[in-house]
Amino acid sequence: MRSFWRTIDRGTLRDIGLVCLADAIVGASFGAITVSGGLRPWVPISMSVLVFAGGAQFAAAGVVLAGGGPAAAVLAGLVLNARLLPYGFTVADAIGDRWWTRLPGAHLIVDESLAFTLRQQGRERRRAAFWTCGLTLFLCWNVAVAAGALAGAVMRNTGAFGLDAVFPTVLLALVLPSLTDRGTRNAALLGAVIAVAATPFLPAGLPVLLALAGLVLVLRPAVTVPDADPVPEEVR
Amino acid sequence: MPLLAIAALAAGTYAFRLAGPVLGRRLRIPGRVQRLLAVAAAVLLTTLVATGAVTEGHGFAGWARPAGVLVGGALAIRRAPFPLVVIAAAATTAILRLAGVP
Repeated sequence: MRSFWRTIDRGTLRDIGLVCLADAIVGASFGAITVSGGLRPWVPISMSVLVFAGGAQFAAAGVVLAGGGPAAAVLAGLVLNARLLPYGFTVADAIGDRWWTRLPGAHLIVDESLAFTLRQQGRERRRAAFWTCGLTLFLCWNVAVAAGALAGAVMRNTGAFGLDAVFPTVLLALVLPSLTDRGTRNAALLGAVIAVAATPFLPAGLPVLLALAGLVLVLRPAVTVPDADPVPEEVR
Repeated sequence: MPLLAIAALAAGTYAFRLAGPVLGRRLRIPGRVQRLLAVAAAVLLTTLVATGAVTEGHGFAGWARPAGVLVGGALAIRRAPFPLVVIAAAATTAILRLAGVP
């Protein structure tokens, strides 16, 4: 534990700080939007502590705020969080082997902690990056969501501040990097078109799940799937 | 959103997270499954962007919101800092509404 602050370089610390700042803005808008949308403040706050995954929180709350059922909200959140499964295998070494590091460490697996861990070489540095990013982010995220939830309770009309545009914009910024892949982009666009077209006719929450039909574009056997092994051949 | 739904989402999410650290090297996820999970997440996120930007209830959300999202998206593509992306999107929508655009 003592070696943590010496193992992690200043540049990485600064980057983690910037990411926390950005996520704090997102967290505050999450709290404000959900509460001004009609949810009780404990809903976004408990979600943020217990689920701790921005995309899934926005997705689940979005389904509920649009009038969808809780089952559709949970399903949408879980589909988004399924990506954390492969993350866990990638950062397992940075979390440690003991149960008392695994149990809390697992909860800190998010896109950001994965990204910072992947940038480091060597087990000690990976460990320091993972825990520093994960813990700092957990703190910033939950404080920001709570502050936003309190502000949202006071703010009558978040529409006037354009806060309803923040929600889709955050998700867009999250998904943009993965849309550079053509197969993914086609599937995503097909899914989005299906969902928007179905929105006037189906109960809220269902159109988003129906969009998963877009996956047929990547399920065809003609598509070759690259081996997901992260270590390139020549490095071994 | 009932507490039970939050608990279910939290439990499922934690299970996804804990599998890697606990199973460690004993299990590897096939590349095909990993790819499918990644694409499914992208499909869902893109869909939430589209429905969140242009629909409200069962109808059209008006022009101000999608315009703000477009401005934010354009800045994100140009790798603008994240806080700027978010603030520009909200500001665009707010200014358009102030000007009378629904």
